[in-house]
Amino acid sequence: MNTPENFNEPPVLAIPAAEARAQMLQIYPPKTRKKREKQLLINDPTAPPEINANSRTIPGIITQRGCTYAGCRGVVIGPIYDILHITHGPIGCGFYSWLSRRNLVKPRNSDETNFMQYSMSTDMQEDQIIFGGEKKLRAAIQEAYDIFHPKAISIYATCPVGLIGDDIHTVAREMKEKLGINIFAFSCEGYKGVSQSAGHHIANNGVFKHIVGLDDTPVEAEFTINILGEYNIGGDAWAIDQLLQKCGIKVVATLSGDVSYDDICRSHTAQLNTVMCHRSINYMAEMMEVKFGIPWIKANFIGADATAKTLRKIATYFESQKLKDRVEEVIAQEQAELRPVREQVTARCQGKTAALFVGGSRAHHYQDLFRDIGMTPISAGYEFAHRDDYEGRAVLPIIKIDADSRNIEELEVTPDATRFRPRKTEEENARLAAAGFSYKDYDGMMREMKRGTLVIDDISHHEMEKLIELYRPDVICSGIKDKFVIEKMGVPCKQLHSYDYGGPYAAFTGAANFYQEIDRLVNTKVWQYVTPPWKREPRLEARFTQQDKRDKTAAGDEPKKYGRNNGTAAASEV
Amino acid sequence: MLNGTTAEIKPRTALRINPAKTCQPIGAMYAALGIHRCMPHSHGSQGCCAYHRSHLTRHYKDPVMATTSSFTEGSSVFGGLSNLTQALKNIFTIYQPDIVAVHTTCLSEVIGDDIPMMIKKATEDNTIPAGKHVIHTNTPSFVGSHVTGYSNMVRSIIKYLAQSSGGTRDQLNVIPGFVDPADMREIKRLCAMMGVNIVMLPDTSGVLDTPQDGHYQMYPKGGTTIEQIKGMGDSIATLALGHFGAHPAAAELEAKCNVPAGFLELPIGLTCTDKFIDALRQYGSTDVPESIEEERGRLVDLMSDLHQYFYRKRVAIAGDPDHLISMVQFLVELDMQPAYVITGTPGQHFERRIKDLLKEHAPNAVVKQNTDLFELHQLMKQEPVDLLIANTYGKYIARAENVPFVRLGFPILDRTGHRLFPAVGYTGAMRYIEKINDALLDQKDRECEEEWFELVQ
Repeated sequence: MNTPENFNEPPVLAIPAAEARAQMLQIYPPKTRKKREKQLLINDPTAPPEINANSRTIPGIITQRGCTYAGCRGVVIGPIYDILHITHGPIGCGFYSWLSRRNLVKPRNSDETNFMQYSMSTDMQEDQIIFGGEKKLRAAIQEAYDIFHPKAISIYATCPVGLIGDDIHTVAREMKEKLGINIFAFSCEGYKGVSQSAGHHIANNGVFKHIVGLDDTPVEAEFTINILGEYNIGGDAWAIDQLLQKCGIKVVATLSGDVSYDDICRSHTAQLNTVMCHRSINYMAEMMEVKFGIPWIKANFIGADATAKTLRKIATYFESQKLKDRVEEVIAQEQAELRPVREQVTARCQGKTAALFVGGSRAHHYQDLFRDIGMTPISAGYEFAHRDDYEGRAVLPIIKIDADSRNIEELEVTPDATRFRPRKTEEENARLAAAGFSYKDYDGMMREMKRGTLVIDDISHHEMEKLIELYRPDVICSGIKDKFVIEKMGVPCKQLHSYDYGGPYAAFTGAANFYQEIDRLVNTKVWQYVTPPWKREPRLEARFTQQDKRDKTAAGDEPKKYGRNNGTAAASEV
Repeated sequence: MLNGTTAEIKPRTALRINPAKTCQPIGAMYAALGIHRCMPHSHGSQGCCAYHRSHLTRHYKDPVMATTSSFTEGSSVFGGLSNLTQALKNIFTIYQPDIVAVHTTCLSEVIGDDIPMMIKKATEDNTIPAGKHVIHTNTPSFVGSHVTGYSNMVRSIIKYLAQSSGGTRDQLNVIPGFVDPADMREIKRLCAMMGVNIVMLPDTSGVLDTPQDGHYQMYPKGGTTIEQIKGMGDSIATLALGHFGAHPAAAELEAKCNVPAGFLELPIGLTCTDKFIDALRQYGSTDVPESIEEERGRLVDLMSDLHQYFYRKRVAIAGDPDHLISMVQFLVELDMQPAYVITGTPGQHFERRIKDLLKEHAPNAVVKQNTDLFELHQLMKQEPVDLLIANTYGKYIARAENVPFVRLGFPILDRTGHRLFPAVGYTGAMRYIEKINDALLDQKDRECEEEWFELVQ
């Protein structure tokens, strides 16, 4: 195991971060520069500087960000495989969100319909734009019901829906009454909010309102938890679940990786919520605590040491010596299995650098994996996170709510009259606190990044190019839109949205996969072939001569030196 | 796999399931990338731009650059003027293109943003630097499909930039439909072999199939230059390859600059390529060189060699209308039996043309425009086929029905051949014969009883 990282000690950089920052900002028009300055900071792990995260993207800037619809339908709800999802709008949004995220799923019964394989849409036409689309939406729900008989239908609004004033919630309510199945809608028009993040919040609200708590049947197990903000990209949720099963911990629901509607209906019966992606799902954790009394802790199953830490934290919460012993046993066993590959890869990757620009949690979590193998993250940033994801939840009370956030509904949640049940007594909580255990413990990315590294929120294409030019990290983690830009510059890029179709990378088994993947990326021979041999050496002013040929034949090897044919340019052909 | 799909077709009027099309803006973005030093700009919320860039990148596996007006709720209420103005300022300062090609989205269409007025204003207040261009096209997502968007952008490029100087240049214009860079490269190669001087618009070869040389260039070498586009107004004639993707632009150029338009179909398969070569011969006043005849001869040789494997095989095919109109002719040339031919793109011409092509050879074929892969799958469940040809999304149906599968068109997200090798021309035809033959024989080798497993085929 590595010694704990000293974040206060700055990494050795080609040029100081302040200079790199200045160079990145230099080209911008004044107004753009002024805004980007607040999103491009030099890290101080002991006192994280204030970052202007979750602010508008500047028009004309090439950004990684997507829209509210993508965050809602694409990320949070799309992976619930047995809900029939209907996109209300023109065809594009439904098309692009069809199977383009890698939330893998295995239906509970083999004859069930996995609706993730289907893209359903009202394919809105000009007529509906002019005269309204509610009638078509109603008909689409009816047709979907008649063909598929799903247990639930979910409706998603796209940009024009809000503008033309279709009341999707009323349509959903009426059709719910008519068909007798659960039907609900999301006002997740793309233009709401400043990024996908608004869509996550809207999705959390809807799932909480319409699904969580519908089935009180408890899950029979001694230690039950939910994993929130884990989307089973590349099978991560399966790797985590396997590990937890080994420890004797039962996962009631994973939101929303490989999850069924029924799992979510029962999720309020769990004893603890663990939050992986804080950004996309902290709302749900908070609301479940208020309504049902389930406390939450921050979890991270990315990285061997982080995984061990998370397991211990869960064991501490349950205050069971049996569980604690089992967890230690599993950790020891898994770490031992992992050690050979970790050591091999560390030997080849030690001292190399990485930069990560992705999502709302991965840019933080994956730093642990790089540190596992002796690599240093020299720059990182999120695509759509908020200040608390950078600076820690301590800043929550002082975050200013701007107009873009204000138009996302904040649900008023109160304790459930019959089902609110604090999972711990005050006495137990006091005991836990005394042992150093804390709930809602997210300190953000900056405290776990080295001093003097660059933190770049919503990185622009230009900044990415400059970063490579100035620092040339050994690997960059990003997404599909940047991947080939980065690789054209000869730097390997690991996609952390799709995992480049690999994975899982979570838990100990996943960590081994990731180490090997990074080893492949930074040590592959392919980058050596970029420059052709004739570009490396100047052409000699000569041609092969018969003499050369004879030399070569005699020596049985390449001639060491090309001879000049007595100074004449017109040498004989070989 | 696709467990909810049954053979029974219930009438649908409202629900689209598993579309065989996507929206206009992605086609416009793709077409704009075919102009040299052009930045495509998406005027709407940033999700559109992100989705289009992602999908184009997944298909081409090369950088796809585009900017967005990043609408918020405020801009949706007050209009996108300030967003577009600010965007242009940033784009010209930071990314320094020669031209910005703006396309709209359903959002900016619904709020009725007047893009020409915005461009005029940006010109007047010097937001657009001297010598730089900003053009636009309207691409409402609730009309047509991605092919319509492509077509609209190409037509707008002509509208904005092509000029008639009064003189004539010894060149032909070639407007390809929505095809890949490898196809555009192949079309140029055939024209060069014919000795015909052409301007191709758009031309994404050299833009979206760039070599790995250790350097990233935001504006690679490829693409039609603005000067070339201007000069298209003086060309001898225009060859437009595809009713849906290319004809409107050629008609526009004819109307604007009096350049005669030759309306052809995509040169996919034998006879469509023959027609293209013959048109080059006629319009270019030249003869067909032996090298092209040899290429053609190798294709016909391959067709005769493998004929036994193709004869009367039932084929289901889905995709973009221009691709299908030509591919169906090729299937007929191969003596295959098109059984179901469907596209998501609306347009009566598709059904008329294909029914006409099949009226003797396969009169019972189901030919439908404005439908989806779900219906195709249902048809296949009613009466199975021997081969499915579609874009990547078809692979779910292929797996569900255990039917040999060949990928064609856009998008192909899980294989790489289309990035480098053409579907058009005699070469493309040979490539597709190989793909079809491999798919059929691989299936046989996997599935047949052991006593029928044979070394030589």
